[in-house]
Amino acid sequence: MAPKHDQTSSPERRFKVVGTRPLRHDGIDKVTGRARYGADVSLPGMLHGKVLRSPHAHARILGIDTSRASALPGVKAIVIGADMPPVRSRTEQSGEGTTNPRHLSDNVLAKTKVLYTGHAVAAVAATSPHVAEEAVALIDVRYEVLPPVLDVRAAMRDDAPILHEDLRTANVEPPCDRPTNVANVVRFERGDLAAALAAADVVVEREFDTAMVHQGYIEPHNAVAKVDADGQATVWVSTQGPFEVRHFCSEILAIPLSQIKVVPAEIGGGFGGKTTIYLEPLAILLARKSGRPVKLVMSRAEVLRATGPTSGSHIRVKLAATKGGRIVAADATLTYEAGAFPGSPVWAGAMCLLAPYDIDALRIEGHDVVVNRPKTAAYRAPGASNAAFAAEAVVDELATKLGIDPVELRRKNGAREGTPTPAGPRHKRIGLLEVLDAVESSPHWRAPLGVPSDASVKRRGRGVATGFWFNAGLQSSATIAINADGTASLVTGSPDIGGTRTSCAMIAAEELGLPVELVRPSVADTDSVGHTDVTGGSRVTMATGLAVYEAALDVKRQLRERAAALWKIPVEQVSFADGHATAEYGGHPPMSLAQLAPKLGRTGGPVVGRATVNAQKATGAAYAAAIVDVDVDVETGKVDVVRATVVQDAGRAIHPAYVEGQMQGGTVQGIGWALNEEYVYNADGHLLNAGFLDYRMPVALDLPMIDAIIVEVPNPGHPYGVRGVGEVSIVPPPGAVANAIAAATGVRMTELPMSPPRVLAALHAAGVRVTPSRLAAGTR
Amino acid sequence: MPKTHLTLILSGESAELLCEPRQTLLEVLRDELDLTGTKEGCATGDCGACSVLLDGRAVCACLVLAVETEGRTVTTVEGLADGDELHPLQRAFLEHAALQCGICTPGFLVAAKALLERNPDPSEQQVRYELAGNLCRCTGYDKIVRAVLAAAAEMRGAAAPRGS
Repeated sequence: MAPKHDQTSSPERRFKVVGTRPLRHDGIDKVTGRARYGADVSLPGMLHGKVLRSPHAHARILGIDTSRASALPGVKAIVIGADMPPVRSRTEQSGEGTTNPRHLSDNVLAKTKVLYTGHAVAAVAATSPHVAEEAVALIDVRYEVLPPVLDVRAAMRDDAPILHEDLRTANVEPPCDRPTNVANVVRFERGDLAAALAAADVVVEREFDTAMVHQGYIEPHNAVAKVDADGQATVWVSTQGPFEVRHFCSEILAIPLSQIKVVPAEIGGGFGGKTTIYLEPLAILLARKSGRPVKLVMSRAEVLRATGPTSGSHIRVKLAATKGGRIVAADATLTYEAGAFPGSPVWAGAMCLLAPYDIDALRIEGHDVVVNRPKTAAYRAPGASNAAFAAEAVVDELATKLGIDPVELRRKNGAREGTPTPAGPRHKRIGLLEVLDAVESSPHWRAPLGVPSDASVKRRGRGVATGFWFNAGLQSSATIAINADGTASLVTGSPDIGGTRTSCAMIAAEELGLPVELVRPSVADTDSVGHTDVTGGSRVTMATGLAVYEAALDVKRQLRERAAALWKIPVEQVSFADGHATAEYGGHPPMSLAQLAPKLGRTGGPVVGRATVNAQKATGAAYAAAIVDVDVDVETGKVDVVRATVVQDAGRAIHPAYVEGQMQGGTVQGIGWALNEEYVYNADGHLLNAGFLDYRMPVALDLPMIDAIIVEVPNPGHPYGVRGVGEVSIVPPPGAVANAIAAATGVRMTELPMSPPRVLAALHAAGVRVTPSRLAAGTR
Repeated sequence: MPKTHLTLILSGESAELLCEPRQTLLEVLRDELDLTGTKEGCATGDCGACSVLLDGRAVCACLVLAVETEGRTVTTVEGLADGDELHPLQRAFLEHAALQCGICTPGFLVAAKALLERNPDPSEQQVRYELAGNLCRCTGYDKIVRAVLAAAAEMRGAAAPRGS
């Protein structure tokens, strides 16, 4: 364990490296095109694979004939569901959520039924991508087409088509005894809800619908696999979780963990969507069957049809308050699309929905419902954005009814240390009130609203909303080797998506007293570093950073021993700080790391610091708020965000530029979710917008600059106070945009996305049109 | 499928190869020449990750057949730096933290280079308009726009405004 006098980590600590903005270590490779992402990997003799996908949203597979495809010159291997080993259905903890390996296997390759258009049915490896594509078209699949169910409310009806005959609702009394599409129910209750509702002065109740949306990373999924003659498999892949890929592949292919090595390539965005597997097992199977390396890369349409998205939802929220503005009761129901297999983030939605508020009586119920859409995957604060959209809209309406400023109402009811969360456990030290203070003192909140350039058709409004996310802890490993020239090599197992190599190197540099450029960080494969959970849950700088911090303390402990040996004094008389070993007595001049490093060989061998953590207890929850000004064109229904500010409690910003980047990026994803993005299915379950032209993510022209205000309320569980910053910024924007539209037009939007047709319909229903009396609008 | 002989000027150097007529410029760059700096995000011309300069104009390499480049000049992200000397745009992207995952970065750099060659002094709005064909999902564009404006200022010889 680290000696006590190395714990120089109080919140008042003066940092030399933490809080600065050094250039990232992988930067030059990434601006020169040298960085190797998964799809850039190429091996000698490599084949190219393609996946055959279901054209039906719901169908039974009656037979698969691969003979015509096999006969095509250049085709080297074909796999279908029957080539995969049987997997027992069970629920296990993995990363941030739970996984059922059988569902995972069935999603990777359908066995008896296809459950959404795009569901994988077979995979081919051939000498070129074009040949593989031709071969896929030659596979004959006979289907018995079944009626699909695409909507959660329709899926809950008694006469709904059933996706899984063996599915029973978990967590209900009496136990569910017949096939259903409702996989799970989550319920939180406390206080006397009926009495609290009866005693309240003001009640607002609304129902909301949000569309299924995709993470939208620009890099499609990829995997390259080779299998050696002894059965040892190696997979190169762009993933957030190389150890999860290894674990999942091991489970569904029945290969021992030690026989799979996963090499994380650079990753082109993930946002939660690359925490699971799709192509990796297929690449292994095809490589094993063909005896050659195989590369699989998805097209954009495959990404949209068959990976990722997060749940669309139907949410009802009722809030009751006293005249004085105290929220006394809450009643909410959340119904989330799980996609084709159970596992929506409805539990997180239910826990986050009212987390920012201190409410004595509440009842929150969530339903996890399977529908004939792709299996959902994590997306940045999974489940929280849907929930916050609904809750923050109702809070805003409550503020209007009560005649209380919306920030003041949030402060009056705001959660703080000790407030019970909706699920029961009490908040640790959190920064919600500090975030609200920063909103009020921000240049944006204090600025006049201004008028739109074309006031005859546009109305301007300002909205604010808050958001909560837990942040994850999980496991991480790190080693730091001291090189003979006094530099350090840092190895972690956390794929770097947004600059975490550098934030981890900064932590090592801070402790070792080195310039950050002299710490070389790298991300290792699963054979070369200890188990490390996903890059997700905003956890890398917090949890892997904690492992790096402790590995650095381990290095310092060893360096003190070596200096003591050289000076022939007791180790207790040696300290190590600011990059120097210093002797308490004896007049030895301080020895820098550069002086000590070349002497390590003859004082006992190399110095390697190592640490592993389960950072569960170190987590610090995150709060954020968004302020958004919009112009609503009442002629077309188009909404433009003309100014946006995001405020977030980072705990401690290690690299503020990359903290701001997370905040800005999350805010813009939230704006896209609010205004444009949605999965559009027809009645047969065909995705009509499986491309970036029609799945409309924000472009540079849609947006203003995004002002980012970092609040630092240190997380007491972490030596530097880090909370983690990756996710929570996506939570407030949909609510903030809706509240801004309401402020601009008096119309309350209850559906996402708030796209022009929906906004226009709502404006017309409320009688808001371009009229000569336009100056009176907005004060309805 | 019979292959076609192709000669082009690739990032300043003469290049020669055989390709299938159905192969796009993007496929040939990545699969035949191992120039993997040019990325595929969609292969339908919607994301700009494969932006390259074709005779100085920014195009999506996924929408160009390789055989169309016979005798023409193609510049990829690998050709932006002058040896070890980064292009001002590349430096500005690093200094302004304008990349997170980095997958869209080559396309943005190429598209921004084309923009600044046409208009050395663009407004923020012009940068946003000209780069609207390049998708970035990580940054929210703020730091990218600042980096392009800063590089433009530097290239004009003026003092570069610092990004936030």
